[in-house]
Amino acid sequence: MTARAESRIAPPAATRRARPIAGAMVAAAGVVMLATVVLSLSLGATGITLDAVPRVVASYLGGIEPMTTEEVRERLVILEIRLPRTAMGLLVGSALALSGAVMQGLFRNPLADPGLIGVSSGSALAAVAVIALGDGLLAPVVDALGAFAVPISAFVGGLIATALLYQLATRAGYTSIATLLLAGIALGALAGAITGIIVFGSDDRELRDLTFWSLGSLGGASWQKIGAALPFLVAALVLMPYLVRVLNGFLLGEAEAGHLGVETETAKRIAMVGVAGAVGAAVAVSGVIGFVGIVVPHIVRLVTGPDHRYVLPGSALLGGALLLAADSVARVIVAPAELPIGIVTALFGAPFFLWLLMRRRGGLG
Amino acid sequence: MLIAEGLGLRRGGRWLIRDVAFSAEPGKTIAVIGPNGAGKSTLLKVLTGELNPDTGQVQLDGSDVARLSRAILARRRAVLPQATTLTFPFSVREVAELGITVPAFPLSGPARAALVGRALQTVELSALADASFDTLSGGEKQRAQLARVLCQLWAAEGEGAMPLLFLDEPTASQDLAHQLAVLDVARDHAKRGGAVVAVLHDLNLAVAWADRIVAISGGRIYADGPAETVVTETMLADVFQVRLSPGALPADRTPFVLPQTAVRLVSDGPSSLAS
Repeated sequence: MTARAESRIAPPAATRRARPIAGAMVAAAGVVMLATVVLSLSLGATGITLDAVPRVVASYLGGIEPMTTEEVRERLVILEIRLPRTAMGLLVGSALALSGAVMQGLFRNPLADPGLIGVSSGSALAAVAVIALGDGLLAPVVDALGAFAVPISAFVGGLIATALLYQLATRAGYTSIATLLLAGIALGALAGAITGIIVFGSDDRELRDLTFWSLGSLGGASWQKIGAALPFLVAALVLMPYLVRVLNGFLLGEAEAGHLGVETETAKRIAMVGVAGAVGAAVAVSGVIGFVGIVVPHIVRLVTGPDHRYVLPGSALLGGALLLAADSVARVIVAPAELPIGIVTALFGAPFFLWLLMRRRGGLG
Repeated sequence: MLIAEGLGLRRGGRWLIRDVAFSAEPGKTIAVIGPNGAGKSTLLKVLTGELNPDTGQVQLDGSDVARLSRAILARRRAVLPQATTLTFPFSVREVAELGITVPAFPLSGPARAALVGRALQTVELSALADASFDTLSGGEKQRAQLARVLCQLWAAEGEGAMPLLFLDEPTASQDLAHQLAVLDVARDHAKRGGAVVAVLHDLNLAVAWADRIVAISGGRIYADGPAETVVTETMLADVFQVRLSPGALPADRTPFVLPQTAVRLVSDGPSSLAS
């Protein structure tokens, strides 16, 4: 065939999509993330500014005890409030964005998102149930799992929701995205309703706030919560290099991925477990925060193209950044009160989602 | 060397293929022909290890395909499907590159780029390398997928094995020149010592291209051999339900068919769509 002349002339510039800068864009996402970290650390009601952060951290690491009340207060605010909140925002944002990117690749559809299709709601329901029943029916389980009881149950809840959805939407090896989305909405509403019943029927201190479970918040951040969620998030991050290869194969189709050496059934299970773990951990510590998983991977794809080598790390970095930015807005906009962060993400995410739908009016398939 | 015996695959109480024996020798081109629903694609899926047969087994260089891992299979054979849709806008170059990166062939960046460049040149898509896959015509899309398959084949070849190439209707959406071009690419692979199995609908192309033709009817092998022994008036009537006398080229008795002279046969007698 090489002997034959090139049969087509070069396409117009508009259809050309060279992406020599994909790696640079991922690096840029990292810079954006650092900027939001600085922003997040310098915001707060106490008037403590950013320059206190290195000072406090250095004195803490150096083993210097705070002397004045001012120093004590500064240290408390920085170490116990702002740093954990910022760290948790990064982790949760990364987990949600990464989960969205993985689900979209797995289901071969840009509209799949753990918040949208009810995975987060499943996690929230399981978490709420364990907290509510922790003193009674599930006491032995909760005692055995300790600090991990809530993240583990959220993980299991997310896993059940994912598996159920997948079963509902898949017939003879073909996953119908329309069914997946609709079933996900129904499942999410159901899980949300049951969560509501449990929360209203409970007098548990941890459960007093339904807003937390439906709209999320980073307000309750603590090192203990971070510690409980971290293993799940680390596990999801460890899976990333494997998922890059698998998801790139899936973009061609399941059969094609198989031809290219992907053990498709195993890969689907691993990806779903990874998603459930990351989403479960995020929900356990910060409630249900929507739209991060759909918005972030799309922004990343717009600049880097669909190659998961860039989409996954880019989403992880930008997801953390976006959630910190949303959290900063939530803290500032009605200060000294605080808006639930889910309101902010929905305010930006929902129009974005609509725009996506309009762009793909051809169908959901 | 690929050898299969007693292959059967049952779905919903119906045998899609049954008692199929098949072999593909290195360096040979084999065309699989048959009417719609005869089981050609199913046979291809079983031979490539995509589906496990209910009876019989497929042996690839002495090992059972059903027992080989997908990762190993990806180094022993490559498959070009009928049509592929992409959800996200990859460029043509990126699609081709997936043939190397998804099976994780350990190639350096420059070696990978060289292989991709050579594949795109071979399928005549160099000029469209940076175009979005979505904007291509059906024929160009399939050639982009062929470039991906070539990348996989050549990368596997670089590791010492001579992999098999399976093609499911590779000429379906190509213009005449590109039909010939695609089959040339497949033949090149056979010349380098690989076996090539292609499902083809155009009997004349099949005859011209293949060293051996396998005719399938109702999930069973009807005939298997060189073109002149397979493409006969009896086969055309039995398998394709048409009355049509193949002609023969004077030089080497290669058979050919003229579809305009055909009469469709309906179960119990001659008929045609017009009547």
